[in-house]
Amino acid sequence: MSDLNTQAVARYKNNFLREVEERVEEGNMVKMCMQCGVCAGSCPFGPHWQHSPQKIFMMIRAGKREELLTSDSMWMCTSCYNCIVRCPRKLPITHIIHGLANYAHRLKLVPKGQPTRDVTKLFWDNLMKVGRINELTFSLALYFKDGLVQGIKNSLAMQSAGLGLLKAGRLNPMEIFGGHKCKEQSGIHRMIAKAREIEDGRRGLLA
Amino acid sequence: MAKKQYAFYPGCSSQKGASAANYIASFGVMCDKLGIQLNEVPDWNCCGASIGYGEGGELPRMVLNARNLAIAEKELPGQDIVSGCPACWLGLREAVDRLHEHPQMKTDTNEALKEVNLTYQGTSNAKARHMTEVLIEDIGYEAMKAAVVKPLDGVKIAGYVGCQANRPYGIAGESFENPLYLDRMIEAVGAEAVPYEQKVACCGGALAFSEPEKSQNLIRQIVESAYDNGADMIATPCPLCQANVEIYQAEINKKHGTKLAMPVLYYSQLLSVAFGGSIKEAGLNGQLLRAEQLEKIAGK
Repeated sequence: MSDLNTQAVARYKNNFLREVEERVEEGNMVKMCMQCGVCAGSCPFGPHWQHSPQKIFMMIRAGKREELLTSDSMWMCTSCYNCIVRCPRKLPITHIIHGLANYAHRLKLVPKGQPTRDVTKLFWDNLMKVGRINELTFSLALYFKDGLVQGIKNSLAMQSAGLGLLKAGRLNPMEIFGGHKCKEQSGIHRMIAKAREIEDGRRGLLA
Repeated sequence: MAKKQYAFYPGCSSQKGASAANYIASFGVMCDKLGIQLNEVPDWNCCGASIGYGEGGELPRMVLNARNLAIAEKELPGQDIVSGCPACWLGLREAVDRLHEHPQMKTDTNEALKEVNLTYQGTSNAKARHMTEVLIEDIGYEAMKAAVVKPLDGVKIAGYVGCQANRPYGIAGESFENPLYLDRMIEAVGAEAVPYEQKVACCGGALAFSEPEKSQNLIRQIVESAYDNGADMIATPCPLCQANVEIYQAEINKKHGTKLAMPVLYYSQLLSVAFGGSIKEAGLNGQLLRAEQLEKIAGK
């Protein structure tokens, strides 16, 4: 639970649909869903979603806020875009799912250790450092996200792949010292901070 | 003949020493033989990829892409901005669409871009495109065919289009369920395009990191389907598809006792070999699972 979440509950009472429409990427399209289920049947991770996209859209209308935002369903999206191109009502489903995931994360409602949430955070933090992804430090951060012991286990498990990439010239150990980067790093930091401030303002998320 | 000029956005994986170094290596011969000049966008930044949304949100992602678009607009005016990576392409194209459709988002984006002294105008006809679009639409299959000096005779290739090179935008005129462009490129260089069931299936994408078991199940289906239909190798237009499908075959073998060892190439490597590129020029030395048939042709 976070202050942002308490504020959101107080502000929207039981109107979860309105909350999604105002605060979630492409959320204003949720009400277009006609519950045909093509999205649920098209998803490569379909069986692994606790609540399928079809069900998620109905849960939003039914006000199942807590149940949805604390679930790990939105984190099962591989961004394959099958649902988007097959949806007969043209809902931007992938974007809505991404938006819900981002919103749940901002409100600190995501279960601790949710692996895809952890990856997206590590990815973003990594790219923010120098403006580009450093594949070596990103991979290491991933392996070691659950502590040193697990990190060593993970690294050993992927050792042969790592060595293979190294030998193939597709992994540069020198990247650990910085490697590829943007020149305009501080400008990029300011630009993104500004973008977040504007977006939070528009979505009523400024603390 | 003057070369066709494009603003080029390589993306993080296509940098020197990164996971798609073999991909970008193969662009040299391919572009040279087809009269394509790629001009790198100066000081480009990451697009946020298909996994940045969780922490990044919408406007920060738009702004990341808008910075690249604005630099291209300013430094390489009028040139289409081209990427070899479907996620980079998607990020750029999505940004162009939304900034055009939503004036408020454009205003907000330009407000943030002031921090780097840039403005995104979006007034020229320059488009965000994937490299395959350039090849198909600006060069054409016939011209690709005409540039072949070493046809890939007898090589059976499963064209793996995957997700983001196909959805949500895809290549104009192609279907989402059975796009044919990759098969036609395979045939243009004299190889045989093998029909199989997993052409547009998902490899798990970035969730190969977070949900390895689930993703490796998908990868196994892709590789086994290619084997079942007689393919010698897989070819793809996507760096993440290439890395996932190639790297995890060994993992799958370890866990399930399978014997998967199917080379996974880029379309550009096929073109490079067929156009006379050496093993190194085609990036074939960058494969974890070496494509011996191609090496043999390239070494001739």
